[in-house]
Amino acid sequence: MQTTNLNRVEPADLEYLRSFIPAKRMLVGADISPDYAHDELGGVKSAPDVLIRVQSAEEVSKILSYANKRLLPVVTRGAGTGLVGGAVAVMGGIMIETTPMNRILELDEQNMTVTVEPGVLLMDLAKYVQERGYMYPPDPGETSATIGGNISTNAGGMRAVKYGVTRDYVLSLTAVLPTGEIETFGSKVVKNSSGYSIKDLLIGSEGTLAVIVSATLKIIPFPKEIVSLLAPFPTFQAAVSTVPELIRSGTDPTAVEFLTREVISLAEDYLGKRFPRIDGDTALLLTYDGFSAQEVRERMDRASELCIERGAYDVYIVDTEERRASVWTARGAFLEAIKSSTTEFDECDVVVPRSKVVDFTECINELSGKLGLRIPYFGHAGDGNLHVYFCRDGLDEDVWGSKLQEGFDALYSRAVELGGMVSGEHGIGFAKREYLAKRLGPTQMELMRRIKKAFDPNGVLNPQKVCT
Amino acid sequence: MNIIVCIKQVPSTSNVEVDPVTGVLKREGTKTKMNPYDLFALEQAFQLRERYGGTVAVLTMGPNQAREVLHEALYMGADSAVLASDRRFAGADVLATSYTLAQCVRKMGKYDLIICGKQTTDGDTAQVGPEMAELLGIPHACNVISVEGFSEDTSSGGALVVKVNMDDSIYTLKMKAPCLITVDKDVNTPRLPSYLRRKKAGDAQLLVWNMDDLPDQDESHYGLTGSPTQVEKVFPPEVKRDRECFTGSGEELADRLYSLLREKKRI
Repeated sequence: MQTTNLNRVEPADLEYLRSFIPAKRMLVGADISPDYAHDELGGVKSAPDVLIRVQSAEEVSKILSYANKRLLPVVTRGAGTGLVGGAVAVMGGIMIETTPMNRILELDEQNMTVTVEPGVLLMDLAKYVQERGYMYPPDPGETSATIGGNISTNAGGMRAVKYGVTRDYVLSLTAVLPTGEIETFGSKVVKNSSGYSIKDLLIGSEGTLAVIVSATLKIIPFPKEIVSLLAPFPTFQAAVSTVPELIRSGTDPTAVEFLTREVISLAEDYLGKRFPRIDGDTALLLTYDGFSAQEVRERMDRASELCIERGAYDVYIVDTEERRASVWTARGAFLEAIKSSTTEFDECDVVVPRSKVVDFTECINELSGKLGLRIPYFGHAGDGNLHVYFCRDGLDEDVWGSKLQEGFDALYSRAVELGGMVSGEHGIGFAKREYLAKRLGPTQMELMRRIKKAFDPNGVLNPQKVCT
Repeated sequence: MNIIVCIKQVPSTSNVEVDPVTGVLKREGTKTKMNPYDLFALEQAFQLRERYGGTVAVLTMGPNQAREVLHEALYMGADSAVLASDRRFAGADVLATSYTLAQCVRKMGKYDLIICGKQTTDGDTAQVGPEMAELLGIPHACNVISVEGFSEDTSSGGALVVKVNMDDSIYTLKMKAPCLITVDKDVNTPRLPSYLRRKKAGDAQLLVWNMDDLPDQDESHYGLTGSPTQVEKVFPPEVKRDRECFTGSGEELADRLYSLLREKKRI
């Protein structure tokens, strides 16, 4: 790749950009808030030379074709909620912020699709479709993320067990190539056997191949009945080893999360609110949805029986707004609670086959003891995606750095041994490139780089990310 | 310590529509749930039972459908439940409701404490608890945020020590038992209904009483005929955007409000 040949933004470039971008939507140098130099994780820091809040595909097209000729880096940023430095301008250049492109363009009820601009927030999309009786199933915890960011990382979320991930709901994408060409990939069709799926290549490409300017998403009827169950088990192993059987049982849970006592306590401290009282070390939090109360209850009862047979103390019913709030507010606060419990943290979003979750967490526990580091974790037991947090607490910079490196190396190697992948839903970005290369090996990495080159021969789009 | 908790079934949405022509609440098709304030009352009762032993009985007045909330309370941990259900109880205002519940309490036998939620999310009067206490001739305290202690010193009856939220101050009160308290919201995290308890619980723990089961069988004390207040009209509140904000201590605000009402000749 020619990333080393990229240029910084010069006054003449700014002058050109100003010719079609109004001053209030274009910020330069010190006028750019420091927030734009990092994402939610904060570990990777670098400011762009210029920040442009784009409003249309045409603007994106003009910026890209210019940057491509001038060899200026272009980084696309949504709400900045990423956790792997994916939207950080590590080589400076132009940052395109998509949040002003936040219109919902069309609701097609015949084909059950919704077409949106990339800056629409996930929470606004969810609300818009729900008010009209529909659901957009992908449900990442961070609902202030943009849909563009979700597509770029193939975000997952808690409902992946039943409904799948973002990729399963993207029918078509309109994107701008570095040449400035605006192309639509895919369509509203249900089936498609028409050549390579470039749409699927763009999903999860973290802004390295093209800039998404609109997306047509699949929606489903909103399930009328949604009830959760909270099943406390004496041990982590007893709880998590029940999960494969629960999924096999045909009770069809929407979400299967595990909650450890340690992380529940952190959430209680963070929120200043007690979690409903439960015994045991680990609880499974299951959600069931459907269209009739009786049918949902029948499935829940079967799941409850199964949990009790496998050693659960009891199964608690989370069936009203108040009860949902008392349980899910805590679950939703886990990340923030861990963050506020320490001075600095770094995370690992590995995914392993669901039958291997217990093996993987044994490795985390051993590592925590060996390194003398606090490593709380939580996650999606149903799909094997764990969120593991290394907490710095009172460690010196050097010690922290070396322990973190050792910890990451050990965890990623163990994940590979267990047949897992580097990231379940956060992406590779800048921070996890080394582990991706280790996991995939030279042949697959080279294939990725050649794909990147086919889209972006000059390497201007999000340089130093994913595979470059 | 034997505790009675009064609960109510309410619409599960906070946006119940009012028919603009008839002024009647559109209840059809509306899902119901336990009044959220009652969840805190129940949790308070369970915690006291853990500390002092005894039993927790739940009581509600309503149609047959109100069994649902009693079952829910049983699944949460209540020992027994009473449903006061009779066509003759229908149309009761707060006084007739309090009277009916007080009659049930008399029939339920010996108790040390009655706990109610601070108010309901549908009626919002916050009056049924205190009125019951008056009708039963027992002391009461509203907006209780914690129960500090209970002594069973029987020479002068038991005594309950509670903390009461007065917005700008906290009162600590000692009351003779039996007594009644209404608990504030968010004073605890209510426990969840249990699947195992649901599996075990039949209707055996649930008693249904009509007027003929109660000590006072004078029909004119119950329902619409026993209600000195009648609802003339129900309408959604008019949304007014113009407002004036006062700041200051509780006493200053009370003075200010009093003068304003005098000035406007409202009192």
